[in-house]
Amino acid sequence: MSGHSNYVPKTGIERWLDARMPIVRLAYDSVVDFPTPKNLNYWYTFGGILALCLGIQLATGIVLAMHYVPHVDHAFASIERIMRDVNYGWLVRYMHANGASMFFIAVYAHMFRGLYYGSYKAPRELLWILGCVIYLLMMATAFMGYVLPWGQMSFHGAVVITNLFGALPVVGESITTWLWGGFAVDNPTLNRFFSLHYLLPFMIAGVVVLHIWALHVVGNNNPTGVEVKSKADTVPFHPYYTVKDGFAIAVFLLMFAAFVFFNPNALGDPVNYVPANPLVTPAHIVPEWYFLPFYAILRAVPDKLMGVLMMFGAIAVLFVLPWLDRSRVKSLRYRPTTRMYFFIFVVACLVLGYCGGKLPDEHVIPGLSTFTLFDADLNSMVWLSRFAAAYYFAYFLVILPWMGLTETPLPQPESISEPVLSHSAATPAGAAASPEKRG
Amino acid sequence: MLRKGLAIAVLGLALAGGPALAAGSQKEPRTVAWSFNGPFGKFDRAQLQRGYKVYREVCSACHAMSLMSFRNLGQKGGPFFDPKYPNPNDNPYVKTIAKDYEVSDIDGETGDVVKRPATAADRFPSPFPNEAAARASNGGALPPDFSTLSKSREGGPDYIYSLLTGYVTPPAGLQVPTGQHYNPYMPGDVSAYWKGKGHAPVGGMIAMAAPLAPEKVTFDDGTKSTVDQQARDVSAFLAWASEPKMEERKAFGVGAMVYLLILAGLLYVSYRRIWRNVAH
Repeated sequence: MSGHSNYVPKTGIERWLDARMPIVRLAYDSVVDFPTPKNLNYWYTFGGILALCLGIQLATGIVLAMHYVPHVDHAFASIERIMRDVNYGWLVRYMHANGASMFFIAVYAHMFRGLYYGSYKAPRELLWILGCVIYLLMMATAFMGYVLPWGQMSFHGAVVITNLFGALPVVGESITTWLWGGFAVDNPTLNRFFSLHYLLPFMIAGVVVLHIWALHVVGNNNPTGVEVKSKADTVPFHPYYTVKDGFAIAVFLLMFAAFVFFNPNALGDPVNYVPANPLVTPAHIVPEWYFLPFYAILRAVPDKLMGVLMMFGAIAVLFVLPWLDRSRVKSLRYRPTTRMYFFIFVVACLVLGYCGGKLPDEHVIPGLSTFTLFDADLNSMVWLSRFAAAYYFAYFLVILPWMGLTETPLPQPESISEPVLSHSAATPAGAAASPEKRG
Repeated sequence: MLRKGLAIAVLGLALAGGPALAAGSQKEPRTVAWSFNGPFGKFDRAQLQRGYKVYREVCSACHAMSLMSFRNLGQKGGPFFDPKYPNPNDNPYVKTIAKDYEVSDIDGETGDVVKRPATAADRFPSPFPNEAAARASNGGALPPDFSTLSKSREGGPDYIYSLLTGYVTPPAGLQVPTGQHYNPYMPGDVSAYWKGKGHAPVGGMIAMAAPLAPEKVTFDDGTKSTVDQQARDVSAFLAWASEPKMEERKAFGVGAMVYLLILAGLLYVSYRRIWRNVAH
């Protein structure tokens, strides 16, 4: 994929530029001529959607920073001022706040797709790991961004999350003091979170460049998991995937707009519209929806340090996934047993998210008291999250390694084109080839 | 199919996040068919004006609205908007309302603290100089600021309406402490005050006594001044105060949705045309 280029500079300026800095060639090879498997389905459109999400967050965020005041006495009022007095401030702020949720919806779809089609396997291990780095940076950015409005949940969420680092032995307390810039969450904390919230997205953009670079070296995976064998397996990225991604982006934006314009506060906690008050703790401190599965894992473990380690472990395990799954077959289409375990894994993640939003001792089946096992009733959210968390880790650490050794996969197609061409609908006679060459 | 289900489930999880957290012990708020519900909903101008009157004559004795300025009342979408005065600072109705209030200022010549009539650009004056004074006058409780009240409560205007009309005689067995009042819509836990049999009732204690009474506010448009009407109107007014740009937002949103629908349709047709000769 890399190395060979079909770019032919046509104008004088392009020839001049190409001899000095072949930036047009780079763009042409990356987004026009880039050979892409022709069987990518809509799950593969989330990469483009995510690029758009990052762009929206950067653009709206830069405008918000022009009006926002990072000070404990003014932050809350400055956000409200943006929504009341700044021209289209409500639009910019609601796009940014809902944009974070949309970003996570897209990133979760993108990650589950990678898990299902084995996109983390050789030669794409580094591509996957760079994606995990982006995800980690996204979580840090989203957390610090949520603190900035300085509402009740901003403040108390910051207290809970920063205190987690205090559980680490020896260095814990120093790290917490360092994060706070003092001895409690206060103005220095807000200031540094604002600074970092502005910095990290540009680091994400940098890693995105590496992510795309790594993608363009090894090429796209595809739903069959069979590598590209010949030119017949691919189509040029433009216009085939620009138009398919474009359609998916338009549909995604419809959902985005439905939230921004008609239900802008549906995904947030109403308590965050109460200004922060360190002396009043909200009844339920909960993170935003996209952190709920990890919050459930944290609370599932009775010991604080172990809970913190499990929570970070749930993300860390993704980094070593390429070496945990030993199967040579990439796509779960041809691994029926593993596929079944995968869908249970998806359910376990959703269950963890559900438990994360509930109180730990709340009954799963209302009104039914069973028996107390160790510290809680068996019919409680905390036990449900324990089972789901156990499955989460077992999927990566036991099921995938074990399946790689024991499972007999279904026969895979010879090439990407084979299952396609074996359909009755062959290319119709007189079909015009290569529409990308025209106009 | 399963994959589509996954996407829907992820979104469903996102949507369930909000209500899932509302597992309190209070009564579910009663649902009101607000004029501003739905994607085409608009505020009822007359209702906002009545609601402002309730706020001014009843609530503002204790509740500040520190993020609101008088000019907001006359801006587009506000209770006293008049198309003749696109700049709300010129709106004579707003100016008259402001003039009735006195605000502190610094005399530019002498530097003395003086009082002057408020202008449209001034913020609503707060009833108490600081939090301690507010608590001292209210039995230790702090009357919440109304600027963002509606969007800071689960249920929004439905909740405010239900709370205001929800004061009931406490059930026998509930010992309500002095200075507190029982309300089934108030979040909280009354089990500490429950001396009766079985489970304690849902709801909580609130320091505010039932604030509304029939005919407590005289409506200029002749609307019958019942507690229900006053509660409805002031809830609508508070919903507007929380989201003063709601009408602009929804109007913009309808345009955006139409645009995106057409764009998605065109892109889909293009997609089908470009891909028609590729077996995939």
